Amino acid sequence: MSDERKIRVLVAKPGLDGHDRGAKVIASAFRDAGFEVVYTGLHQTPEMIVNAAVQEDVDVVAMSVLSGAHMTLFPRVKALLDEAGADHMLLTGGGIIPEEDVEELEKQGIGRLFGPGTSTGDAIAYVNEWFATTHAG
Amino acid sequence: MSTIEKDVLSRTDLESAVQERDREIDELKARLAEWEEAYDGMSKRDVLFSTVSGRDVKPLYTELDHASDHTSVGYPGMYPFTRGPYTTMYRTRLWTMRQFAGFATAEETNERYKYLLDHGQTGLSVAFDFPTLMGYDSDHDRSLGEVGVCGVAISSLADMERLFEGIPLDQVSVSMTINGPAIILYCFYVAAAEKQGVDVGVLRGTVQNDILKEYQAQHAWIFPPEPALRCIVDMFEWSSQNTPKYNPISISGYHIREAGATAAEELAFTLRNGFEYVERGIARGLDVDSFAPRLSFFFDVHNDFFEEIAKLRAARRIWARGMKEKYGARNPDSWRLRTHCQTAGVTLTAQQPETNIVRVAYQAMAAALGGTQSLHTNSMDETLALPTEKAVRIALRTQQVLAYESGVANTIDPLAGSHFVEALTDELERDALALFDEIDEMGGVVPGIEQGWFQQEIANSAMRQQREVESGERVIVGVNHFTEGSGDIEIDTLRIGPEVEERQVAKMAAMRAGRDADAVRAKLAALTEACRGEDNVVPYILDCARAYCTLYEIRAAMEEVFGSYKEPVFF
Repeated sequence: MSDERKIRVLVAKPGLDGHDRGAKVIASAFRDAGFEVVYTGLHQTPEMIVNAAVQEDVDVVAMSVLSGAHMTLFPRVKALLDEAGADHMLLTGGGIIPEEDVEELEKQGIGRLFGPGTSTGDAIAYVNEWFATTHAG
Repeated sequence: MSTIEKDVLSRTDLESAVQERDREIDELKARLAEWEEAYDGMSKRDVLFSTVSGRDVKPLYTELDHASDHTSVGYPGMYPFTRGPYTTMYRTRLWTMRQFAGFATAEETNERYKYLLDHGQTGLSVAFDFPTLMGYDSDHDRSLGEVGVCGVAISSLADMERLFEGIPLDQVSVSMTINGPAIILYCFYVAAAEKQGVDVGVLRGTVQNDILKEYQAQHAWIFPPEPALRCIVDMFEWSSQNTPKYNPISISGYHIREAGATAAEELAFTLRNGFEYVERGIARGLDVDSFAPRLSFFFDVHNDFFEEIAKLRAARRIWARGMKEKYGARNPDSWRLRTHCQTAGVTLTAQQPETNIVRVAYQAMAAALGGTQSLHTNSMDETLALPTEKAVRIALRTQQVLAYESGVANTIDPLAGSHFVEALTDELERDALALFDEIDEMGGVVPGIEQGWFQQEIANSAMRQQREVESGERVIVGVNHFTEGSGDIEIDTLRIGPEVEERQVAKMAAMRAGRDADAVRAKLAALTEACRGEDNVVPYILDCARAYCTLYEIRAAMEEVFGSYKEPVFF
């Protein structure tokens, strides 16, 4: 890993939900794992998140959604990323997201979504693996 | 030994009594040392013997570990209220069983309230959706996808009227969890009661209205701290004169704890916030005893059974002492800390969710043994979605079993005198006072928020707990141990579809079309003007509510003067 560049991650809190415990814990865990982490802060619109992702030139956008609005927010951010020519970025995340919604969102090209009780290690391993596969050679 | 006995003792008697007590202590210490030697020589399980807050717990407590006496423990209903705020506690009235509920539109939530009242619930508690919590109307751009999803959408008096249709507001007490726009929702509520023909002077209930913990932990704010605090003091003043049985604030540790704080941090931050509100009221020129009796509290009840009980006991003692000794309150009602409790949502697991019923039951018992005045028990499915009717019924039945079958409500503060519980109560009080000193060194609560100190402390504690769980040191049944069967979650959940948003948006349009647009404009302009001056803003907001101004219109009229809050971003 040492001669490779660091993985850049934007941790984002879309929508009106103020529950940032998970976002802050995962941001700290990503940083401890050696990623470069930018945290958006709360109450971001999809447009604000995509602007930040493009400006910071990140590899991964990780959104934490506990508000139940995931079926609106994930597809919207995905569409805006594609529009901005940032479809190479991984859009992943976590929160209170029922299994059938996770499956539906995966079909729409969104990465893995992690539920309550997930170990931060699983999320780190997933990002590392994704990066290794997509940036191989 | 009582004072009277002391007075009649001669000096020699006194000396010999002291010598006798010293001998007893020496003997206790000797026997304890004997036990410790035996204990040290035996094998112990290789696990953390600490609370979830990271507090080390000794294997054994004795009377040497605490200094409880009648001045620190006392009697129920008597200063310093360690044993309970009321003389008779649950012998006169059980705690209020108050389940927090709200989803979709006012009509659906109204039906759920009637269901809960029919099943023996004794108070209502409104959960608002995120747009309402943040002061946005259902038809605002920022509300897209969030209307009615996490709570009920209330954008004007019209929604509030529908929410309580057929529920007489002079007979049921209603708690509303709303903070940033609390003053607006309170006015919608008062106006809805007026519409029912109810004398607002008899309204009972609570509005959370605790903005300080929003900046620290829950993050549903609108205005910056100073104007937000002005609105809160305006409410103290207006409510004490017009709705004297209503609690205009519920000073809340719940969200601080859920965001990751330890028990001691929850205790200290909450009470220090409470004292901040008291100072603001006094600074306005209000008599402390005119508003302090209606300040109410809200604590989390987490997994560690004894620490949670001790926390509630310590909270009452710290509040009573502060109010009497520091703030000069003379009315015992100002010293009396009354609290609502909720079991800890953060302890619920998505894995094997039925196990949550057991967690909730133990937490509920801690709340009762800690002497709570009302209680919400979480439903087992709340880490997955909003609770189903069945899950809510089990949660309510859990309280009923506790209240009517377990016997815990028969005697007051049954754990008083327990060496462990008294020692923990003393320890939590000391920890809280030490944190008060740290906060004072920063210049108080608002500077602490602006520097991000509270937020950082809470995030650090959350991270420590996460590490304990991930290393497996802290056992979470079904998550990091005993995971057999954790993969298959088969449980019904409640889903809110997009049609709820469509219906609510259509209703908003009809409401806007039907109201007197000139009156709306005039009332909003008057409110903005009042915000610029020093008048109490409550009557102006109430006028807006009566004219069917919407939540966001009222928010915007105030924001014009007050501005909006920008959080310090870090992790």
